[in-house]
Amino acid sequence: MTEKPHIDIDYVANLARIDLSGEEKAKLGTQLNDILGYFEKLNAVDVEGVEPMAHAHQIDNVWRTDDEPGPTYGPEVLTEMSPESRDNQVVVPKVVE
Amino acid sequence: MSDLHFKTIAELAAALEAGDTTSVMITQAVINRTAAVEDKVKAFLSSDAEDALAQARVADERRTAGQSLGPLDGIPIGIKDTLAVAGQPLRCASKMLENYVSPFDATCIAKLREAGAIIYGRLNMDEFAMGSSTENSAYQTTANPWDLETIPGGSSGGSAAALAAGQAIATIGTDTGGSIRQPAALCGVVGMKPTYGLVSRYGLVAFASSLDQVGPFSRTVEDAALLLQAMLGKDPLDSTSIAPQGETDYATALREKKGPWKLGVPKEFFGEGIDPEVKAQIEKAIDWYKAQGSEIIEISLPHSDLSVPVYYIVATAEASSNLARFDGVRYGHRSPEANDALSLFTKTRGEGFGDEVKRRIILGTYVLSSGYYDAYYLRAQKVRTLIRRDFEDAFEKVDAILTPTSPTPAFRRGERSDDPLSMYLSDVYTISVNLAGLPAISVPAGFTESGLPIGLQVIGPAFGEADMFAVAQAFEQDHEYYKATPTL
Amino acid sequence: MDYEPVIGLEIHVQIKTRTKMFTAAPYAYGAAPNTLTDAVVLGLPGTLPVLNHTAIEKCAQLGLMLQCEIAEVCKWDRKNYFYPDSPKNYQLTQNEQPLCIGGKVEIELPGPSRNVEGEHRWVTLNRIHLEEDPGKLTHESFETVIDFNRAGVPLAEIVTEPDLYSSTEAVSFLNALRQLIVYAGISDCDMEKGQMRCDANVSLRPKGTDTLGTRTEMKNLNSISNVRAAIEYEIRRQTEILEDGGSILQETRRWDAAKSESFSLRSKEEAHDYRYFPDPDLMPVLFPRERVTELGAELPERPLDRQRRYQKDFELPYTLTSVLCPERELCEFFEAALLEHSAPKAIANYIANDLLRELAEASEHGQSALSISQCPLTPAHIASLVRVIDEGVISKQIGKEVFSEMFRTGNMPEVIIEEKGLKQSNDSGEIEALCQAAIAGNAKAVAQYKEGNAKALNALKGPVMKATKGKANPAMLDQVLRKLIDEG
Ligand SMILES: [Mg+2]
Ligand SMILES: [Zn+2]
Repeated sequence: MTEKPHIDIDYVANLARIDLSGEEKAKLGTQLNDILGYFEKLNAVDVEGVEPMAHAHQIDNVWRTDDEPGPTYGPEVLTEMSPESRDNQVVVPKVVE
Repeated sequence: MSDLHFKTIAELAAALEAGDTTSVMITQAVINRTAAVEDKVKAFLSSDAEDALAQARVADERRTAGQSLGPLDGIPIGIKDTLAVAGQPLRCASKMLENYVSPFDATCIAKLREAGAIIYGRLNMDEFAMGSSTENSAYQTTANPWDLETIPGGSSGGSAAALAAGQAIATIGTDTGGSIRQPAALCGVVGMKPTYGLVSRYGLVAFASSLDQVGPFSRTVEDAALLLQAMLGKDPLDSTSIAPQGETDYATALREKKGPWKLGVPKEFFGEGIDPEVKAQIEKAIDWYKAQGSEIIEISLPHSDLSVPVYYIVATAEASSNLARFDGVRYGHRSPEANDALSLFTKTRGEGFGDEVKRRIILGTYVLSSGYYDAYYLRAQKVRTLIRRDFEDAFEKVDAILTPTSPTPAFRRGERSDDPLSMYLSDVYTISVNLAGLPAISVPAGFTESGLPIGLQVIGPAFGEADMFAVAQAFEQDHEYYKATPTL
Repeated sequence: MDYEPVIGLEIHVQIKTRTKMFTAAPYAYGAAPNTLTDAVVLGLPGTLPVLNHTAIEKCAQLGLMLQCEIAEVCKWDRKNYFYPDSPKNYQLTQNEQPLCIGGKVEIELPGPSRNVEGEHRWVTLNRIHLEEDPGKLTHESFETVIDFNRAGVPLAEIVTEPDLYSSTEAVSFLNALRQLIVYAGISDCDMEKGQMRCDANVSLRPKGTDTLGTRTEMKNLNSISNVRAAIEYEIRRQTEILEDGGSILQETRRWDAAKSESFSLRSKEEAHDYRYFPDPDLMPVLFPRERVTELGAELPERPLDRQRRYQKDFELPYTLTSVLCPERELCEFFEAALLEHSAPKAIANYIANDLLRELAEASEHGQSALSISQCPLTPAHIASLVRVIDEGVISKQIGKEVFSEMFRTGNMPEVIIEEKGLKQSNDSGEIEALCQAAIAGNAKAVAQYKEGNAKALNALKGPVMKATKGKANPAMLDQVLRKLIDEG
């Protein structure tokens, strides 16, 4: 963060899989660079040796022990909510890897 | 009883117990009130009166059979559109979830049902809970019942406005960075955010998982206590939920806890950016506590000015990942333009999300992306530790902390729409509480000269809900601001 | 210039649990599409993951089997990438702190022939981590359809160091790995059912140097023969490029088994920026050292250790141990039989030859492939059979017949011998009489024997055996014949 923050909107929008119009990109770019500029404040703090905090509380070993099968949905739950389906499967445009 | 829709849960529970009213009458009153004022307030995205009345009849039958489930039995409660209710739309005020109906109940909803509550309506919000004004809803903007030209706050603006306008007896919201407390303050009602982990997040559509909590809006602190104790508890479906520690019959405890207390006032919360009327009113509240015998201690939360950047890094990073599931494959909006796997995603998400959601997803994606993770996300997580330590140090010395809930009263619609940074800065008093995982409540603390409500925030230590409620209630009961209702 | 290939493998192994990694929905291979889902599997709004403890323990056992260090703390990260088979568009995995660290696997390279033991060496592992499987895409002519049954199935990803130097070594490694995993009951490793999948990283370097060249990653190697073919193809492809003075492009390639060639999927520049970050919905796992010890104690001896022990303690030849030791059930069968009658070589022979042949034939005759656990014979059958032979009750010759009958009827050898009157004749009077008749009837053979051709005796034994229906004690017969001729 030593240089002036600059966000590569095209790269990030592609990562986020969001189609943005040219106008949206321009506006977002300015706004986000302002916001990132404000974030520069964080550089002033000494965080040497400070543990990062990923959870609000430190608890561990939360799990399900029984490995007993629970209830399942019939395929109709999915096919009724999905935009397109056929023979109990969800249909999407052809995926070519 | 008259004006049932403006009564508290405690009052109605007593009346139901005494046989002076019925759940059907209360529910009908709320429905009638909604019919009368919803045009102006626009708090509900949808509501099903028939369904609510059917639930009310069941509650009345239960009561007649001598099987009442307690004080919430038969009380209509409005639900923010981000909590899953089986068979009802769950849209998060987004076009992305246009036709989505949840097949299951959120855990907190299931618990409210077990307590007999009538689950009523879908309340408007900022899209995916991102915002502080409810202007980011894809469907409608909700007005503040105290001044229809102003915003109700957000993101749970519909929950706050509906309650203030008498369209529900209580409502449920979610609070990621102040989304319950800020709209509660701006609409003149009580709004409470529990200790992180106290209420299950299962069935709450995640915005920022490490910050999100479900909490109540109510007319009084006692009602908030009743709602919280019905919803809390460790949930096997939420690995971050925690078995409550200490007293959880908050409503009963309230009758015993009367102070005096040691109350901390953080000097950082009264500096620049605060509206003079808000400042004056909160200082008056602090003086009242002092006059009642409580000790007022000036404390410092030295990293609080960093809470906005930390919050907007952590929350947007988590959101960018949480909202990735909205892709047009299994449910929700799918772009008609999609013609391959990539455009299925990009076009669907480009069309389905509103501006603020896009802004935050892009920001959150950026702070996690290769080369920026350490500088932004990791650093923010470390500063988050410092922010929590500030509170831990403070609670060595005090029982609770008093602050304004919002630096300003409700602002006019559209006023900050084009300036996201200034919108983000309006969360400055609430977000550090989420970052630290603490409980906090906003109680009405009077009005501005132009008649807009002001909120006092009481922050407690982790799992210190019982004392936090007591501190808030002492002020509330001596001032009775909650008895004022807006003219609509 | 001569090039040396350097190969690293990443193997995904489906852990044998009844339910999924983060929810209680079951998994079964071959179920009808989308019948094994629930709200969590489908990534519905509001759902949260909860860890399956069995998957963690089994993965730790896998780590112990492969001599990894089991981490005291492991954590969960989100790997963010969009793909239609991924319900949340992020995969829960362990990036920063995996459950198993390091590790090594002993492999046996092919010997000069099948009957001769090959060279052994150790292959170093980098790590093993747990993650969830996505759903299954089926590509049709114009569309792709998705079945989410597989989504959320627990996978262990085993990552080797670049420590394999030929396709043959890679294949030996996979075979050794599969034996270890099946032995420990962690997975069935059926590649056809997708229970074991392999990606291969291949690079070349000039022989004698030790820096790594640019590698390519080959995906979709879903059978052992694909692994071999794809690696060999890639070595040839890279060799040609390097010999033409070209350079290798770091890329991901997909193996097309039908065409027996690979093609480029994406180059490094297009590689994903996965934006890993700690999952806020899942808590860390602490693995107590005592539990590691307990889990280790439940594990079986490793196949190659067992093979060494059999060769040393029982003096079994490689031709037998190489059949028995790769299969835990065969070894356990063998060891159980040994407890009843201590004749390792004879018992091992019966299991490795007769029993396996009968099982193979039984499965050829329409019955589904029989495993030793489905076999009608118990270790006691084999032990008893060997014992009666050793005790001279029946001859080895008759033993073959008894074995077939045992396999057919499930009866114990004693019963069969009794019923069929197969008991060896030790009646020296009867044998002597028959021998005299044989000598009288074949003067030519007698003469040949007297001239020093010991084999000529067989021509005399034949009629005696025929007359006794094979039951004459062969040792006694031999002795009597010699005595009679020598004396006569
Ligand atoms: Mg991998
Ligand atoms: Zn993997």
